[in-house]
Amino acid sequence: MVTKVNLRRRQLLVGGVAAGIAGTAAAAALHDGELGAPPQTIRGAVPWKEGTADAPPGATGSGYTYFTPVEATFIEAAVARLIPNDEVGPGAVEANVPFFLDRQLAGPFGRGDHYYLGGPWPKGTPEQGYQSRFSPAQLYRAAIAAVDQYVGANLGAATFAKLAAADQDKLLKGLESGDVKLDGGVDAKSFFAMFLQNTKEGYFSDPIYGGNKDMGAWKMIGFPGAHYNYKDWVTRHGERVPFPPVGFKGRPGWET
Amino acid sequence: MATTLKPVDAVLVGFGWTGAIMGQQLCDAGLNVVAFERGPWRDTPTDFATGFAQDELRYMWRHHLFQNVSDDTLTIRNNVNQEALPMRHLGSFLLGTGVGSGGVHWNGQIWRFLPTDFLTKSHNEKRYGKKAVSAYDMTVQDWGVTYEELEPHYDQFDQLCGTSGKAGNLHGQIQAGGNPFEGPRSNEYPNPPMLQTYGPTLFGKAAAELGRHPFPHPTGNMSQAYTNPLGAQMGACTYCGFCEKFGCGNYSKASPQTTVLPYLLQKSNFTLKTECEVLRVELTADKKRATGVTYVNSAGEEFFQPAEMVILSAYVLQNVRLLLLSGIGKPYDPKTGEGVVGKNYAYQTMSSVNVFFEDKLMNPFIGAGALATVIDDFNGDNFDHGGLGFIGGAYIAGMVTGGRPIEMIYTPQNTPAWGLEWKHAAAKNYLRSFSLSIHGSCMSARGNYLDLDPTYRDIHGRPMLRMTFDFTENDHKMSDYLTDRAAEVAKAMNPREIKLNRRTGSWSVTPYQTTHNTGGAIMGDNPKNSVVNKYLQSWDVPNVFSMGAGAFPQNAGYNPTATLAALAYMSADAIKSQYLKSPGPLVRG
Repeated sequence: MVTKVNLRRRQLLVGGVAAGIAGTAAAAALHDGELGAPPQTIRGAVPWKEGTADAPPGATGSGYTYFTPVEATFIEAAVARLIPNDEVGPGAVEANVPFFLDRQLAGPFGRGDHYYLGGPWPKGTPEQGYQSRFSPAQLYRAAIAAVDQYVGANLGAATFAKLAAADQDKLLKGLESGDVKLDGGVDAKSFFAMFLQNTKEGYFSDPIYGGNKDMGAWKMIGFPGAHYNYKDWVTRHGERVPFPPVGFKGRPGWET
Repeated sequence: MATTLKPVDAVLVGFGWTGAIMGQQLCDAGLNVVAFERGPWRDTPTDFATGFAQDELRYMWRHHLFQNVSDDTLTIRNNVNQEALPMRHLGSFLLGTGVGSGGVHWNGQIWRFLPTDFLTKSHNEKRYGKKAVSAYDMTVQDWGVTYEELEPHYDQFDQLCGTSGKAGNLHGQIQAGGNPFEGPRSNEYPNPPMLQTYGPTLFGKAAAELGRHPFPHPTGNMSQAYTNPLGAQMGACTYCGFCEKFGCGNYSKASPQTTVLPYLLQKSNFTLKTECEVLRVELTADKKRATGVTYVNSAGEEFFQPAEMVILSAYVLQNVRLLLLSGIGKPYDPKTGEGVVGKNYAYQTMSSVNVFFEDKLMNPFIGAGALATVIDDFNGDNFDHGGLGFIGGAYIAGMVTGGRPIEMIYTPQNTPAWGLEWKHAAAKNYLRSFSLSIHGSCMSARGNYLDLDPTYRDIHGRPMLRMTFDFTENDHKMSDYLTDRAAEVAKAMNPREIKLNRRTGSWSVTPYQTTHNTGGAIMGDNPKNSVVNKYLQSWDVPNVFSMGAGAFPQNAGYNPTATLAALAYMSADAIKSQYLKSPGPLVRG
């Protein structure tokens, strides 16, 4: 790596100049971002501490921790329609998107860590965007129950997963357009927009988050992943860049 | 009760670009300065190291470097007849937080506004008549500062950042290869332009064939290694395609971290306090002088920091809110048109054209924050608006900021958003598509403004800011005209097909547009029409200065950062050369 290290920083690192950090009593982290860490007073030098890199919070374990078995059945059936499998590239199920969704909903995203959920909660105009008291995890839970209830009441099947693929597509289109109205305080359009977005996130994000298995989605489109340096390729116009995809933990076949 | 601290010469409220610039300038002048930042400390090796910086999910979609709206957001509506509701999730704009703030996760697109952009009212009125500037309830104004006055300060920012580009106008002489429409520059860019990938190259050729004047986008991404006047060193960009919404792990993007902090933090008269949120500016009983600021830290402790001078250097929306919460200046009333604080909020009018090739590989993942070839033929008043029914314009950029696949897969017209058809379109077009960005001006209008929300409050119990905004007919007409001009270039690139993404309907908070919010604390030549004078000094409380794009009376068709940085340098100059000798109004109101 040819990173240019700032000269003063280097002096600081090797010269052992003490950075004046005077942290007062730590408050519990409220949220990711502002007012989430102890207050610091910084004076005299750029502070730096060994072993403190803000490394990404990847997914761990196996199986579902947020979805109930009934919810998992819906998720697996629905993402298979949002991104179906075929010879062109993996489907969302094959890319492990349901596991990604489970870990996202079980974590800070699901809890609405970056959502303002305070009241009051009028519905608002479409331009005012997401207007719900539900955190993402709560919205998924309520929406999955409401969709299965809708299927039972209107489409003559026990659950969404038991519908034929064409009927599943039709219902998903109804959620997308908002033509299908759901009970349980669920705005169908809002849920569908979040669900589709999260599905694509699981499909295309770095494999450390549990989806994009074997970087199959990146291989399908030709994205080389978290590649550090393309300098030699900038002016090689129209040539195919031969790098196989690489993620934060390397790629399958790499020795660790 | 708040604990009272030892007095200082100046406090900075917020530590992004303007906080860094003012901190450096005032500390060099010998002032004792304390900066408050409500977000965390951030630096390259800890927070965006190359080993994990290129994480689309975490930074773009999970907002790891952005303002966390769960504690503090704003309310939004399109017009005064609606009830404003909270922006519950970031979308249209991605507010910064933490040390460096938006200066960490910006693209590095460095533009100067045109000389005529500073004379929006008088210039257009003179050329197109009174109606041209008053139609559609527009409330455009002149800035009270000229390009000529700002030029040395634009140059200071270019030197600080190591801007890579090619001058188009040096001392009034038009230069081949640069932007022939720009105002005269006193110096060439400190670094040569970035290399161009295939898409921007094809765009430039097509634009030139149509008689336009393409040039490389000026950028704070380093085309080569650079040492700035403060001694900070940066490395050459590797075109990894993760600038916008990301921190640079490679010291290749100008930011407060890479250009100012290594110098500033060594000064014994500078202190930076993080996780400390300023609640209000405290005033004397007659409201003519600020005595300091009250802030609360993340441990919940409250302090009063006395200061001789208060510099509001937070983001536009926070600066305006602090002015309103502190009772500095008269709040704007859209019914009467009286008052000034919150007046003339404006934004940026964006559209795009996607270009799809059958066989040409664009390799969109080779990118950088401002890797683009641009035409400026239809920006500002660079073209005759006679009979067009609008003022303003846009630059049109054939740009590749990257090929991040969750956000940046373009599919042809009428492709569904999911299913096999979507997947096949994504697989077929990802490597073979390209996008033209149309970066339009936004004229201020009577009904677009900022004030305090009557219902929603933040975690400290303070009213949230309320934003009332919609695009005017002027901006829709401008955007349609400019999108058509971009489509001409797109077609001249000989693609298989193109897709026009026009700016239609009312402003929505959901899809990302730009984080170029402007106005609300506008500058001008008298206290009746503005919040601050040309030195960004409050007309009402002369020891308070309000930095940033809040000072823009309307927004031009360019990214705002260089202009707000130049304004900060000009303010610092006036403080050092005049105000410190004789504290008081720098301009008689």
